[in-house]
Amino acid sequence: MNALLNTSLTGNDMLFLLKGAAGTLALTAIAVIAGSLIGVVLGVVRAERGWLLDRVLGGLCDVLRSVPLLIQLILFNSFVSLIGFPLSAFASGAIVLSLYMAVNCAELVKAGIASVPRMTRWASRSLGMTYACDLRYIVLPIGLRTVFPSWVGLSLAIMKDSALVSVLGFFELLKSSQTLITRTQEPLLLLLIVGAFYFALSFPIARLAARFERSTLR
Amino acid sequence: MIDIRAVQKSFGSLEVLKGIDITVQKGEVLSIIGASGSGKSTLLYCINGLQPIQGGSIHVDGIDVHAKSTNIDALRQKLGMVFQQWNCFPHLTVLENVALAPRVVLRKSKAEAQDLAARQLERVGLASKLNNYPSELSGGQQQRVAIARGLAMQPSYMLFDEVTSALDPELVGEVLDTMRMLAEDGMTMICVTHEIGFARDVSDRVAFFSQGIVEEIGPPEQVINAPEKERTRAFLNKVL
Repeated sequence: MNALLNTSLTGNDMLFLLKGAAGTLALTAIAVIAGSLIGVVLGVVRAERGWLLDRVLGGLCDVLRSVPLLIQLILFNSFVSLIGFPLSAFASGAIVLSLYMAVNCAELVKAGIASVPRMTRWASRSLGMTYACDLRYIVLPIGLRTVFPSWVGLSLAIMKDSALVSVLGFFELLKSSQTLITRTQEPLLLLLIVGAFYFALSFPIARLAARFERSTLR
Repeated sequence: MIDIRAVQKSFGSLEVLKGIDITVQKGEVLSIIGASGSGKSTLLYCINGLQPIQGGSIHVDGIDVHAKSTNIDALRQKLGMVFQQWNCFPHLTVLENVALAPRVVLRKSKAEAQDLAARQLERVGLASKLNNYPSELSGGQQQRVAIARGLAMQPSYMLFDEVTSALDPELVGEVLDTMRMLAEDGMTMICVTHEIGFARDVSDRVAFFSQGIVEEIGPPEQVINAPEKERTRAFLNKVL
């Protein structure tokens, strides 16, 4: 293979890249799971708990959504060090990405809840279902299905954004490739491979999501 | 017994109900007719506590619907309600639509709730549609699912809010037939309706609403066949 492609990349290098991909996947998984859970709670509070809370939380969310992730990562990592609780690059990255996922997810959840017609909710309440039951069995299932495609897009975006955690020195996929580029001086080939890696991570998720959408979302 | 006393209801400065007095006895079928905007549907929402009232009182079996101390969720179990837009839960099958409330409100087991739901769906003629989703059903069928869903809670009263108004004309009959069957079974019903024929044939009493008051109330032979009030006559002339 080396002769064929005329490259100095070795099998070990590919393993190194795979490890980087595992880092990307781990960061993404944590951010998507934690961020979605927090996002659902935030979204419900913003949609259901009055305009004052919505405004206050909305303001906070806007800050997190507006400041570039790169800056958030560096600021957060420096801040925790300054106050004497230094965190690893992975932990800092996971926290910042989770919060970023959460505030964006909250926006989706809020929109999903708003999409459930008032009469549908009256129908469930008129059956004697409590507010909590209505939320759990009617509003969230209907509302979250509505915004599911956007949520998948958001999750895939978070995977790609996780590359930014490399600025803190965490060896995710992109950072790993850059190390190899420094050594081999073959940036085009490596970036092609890394691109293929990202595609290999994203594509199955997108396909699975599409299948899930077809089979259960009506 | 549903006891409605001097009920007033406003939306902002718009007074929709201007002092309504009606008593509905157990086993009675009351139809409420009247022009759009006369407050008919609003009264149903107030009976169910879905809308607050600004004056008067509504008691269901002696319980004040709008008292702060009332457990409205428990009270609503007695009051089945069917809406103009059928409002089936789109993410659940027909069977699950009907079985959900018995399961999560009445705490029946899944099997028990589904059994109960299947029986109610059979009663409204939908035994063959249990595993379909609402989107696969016609409007009339969806409306019958909504009726079965209300019945599955084994309510003492059923409130119908213009349940045929949003249906294609050829689908109205099947829903009215279902309501007729309920009336014959002795269900206590309040039906807000534009179906004057149904009101005449099925009701024990008919109330004609006009501009937020009960203009005329009595047996259908009187209110529909021989109305005493000028407004009632004018309305019936327009719709019949």
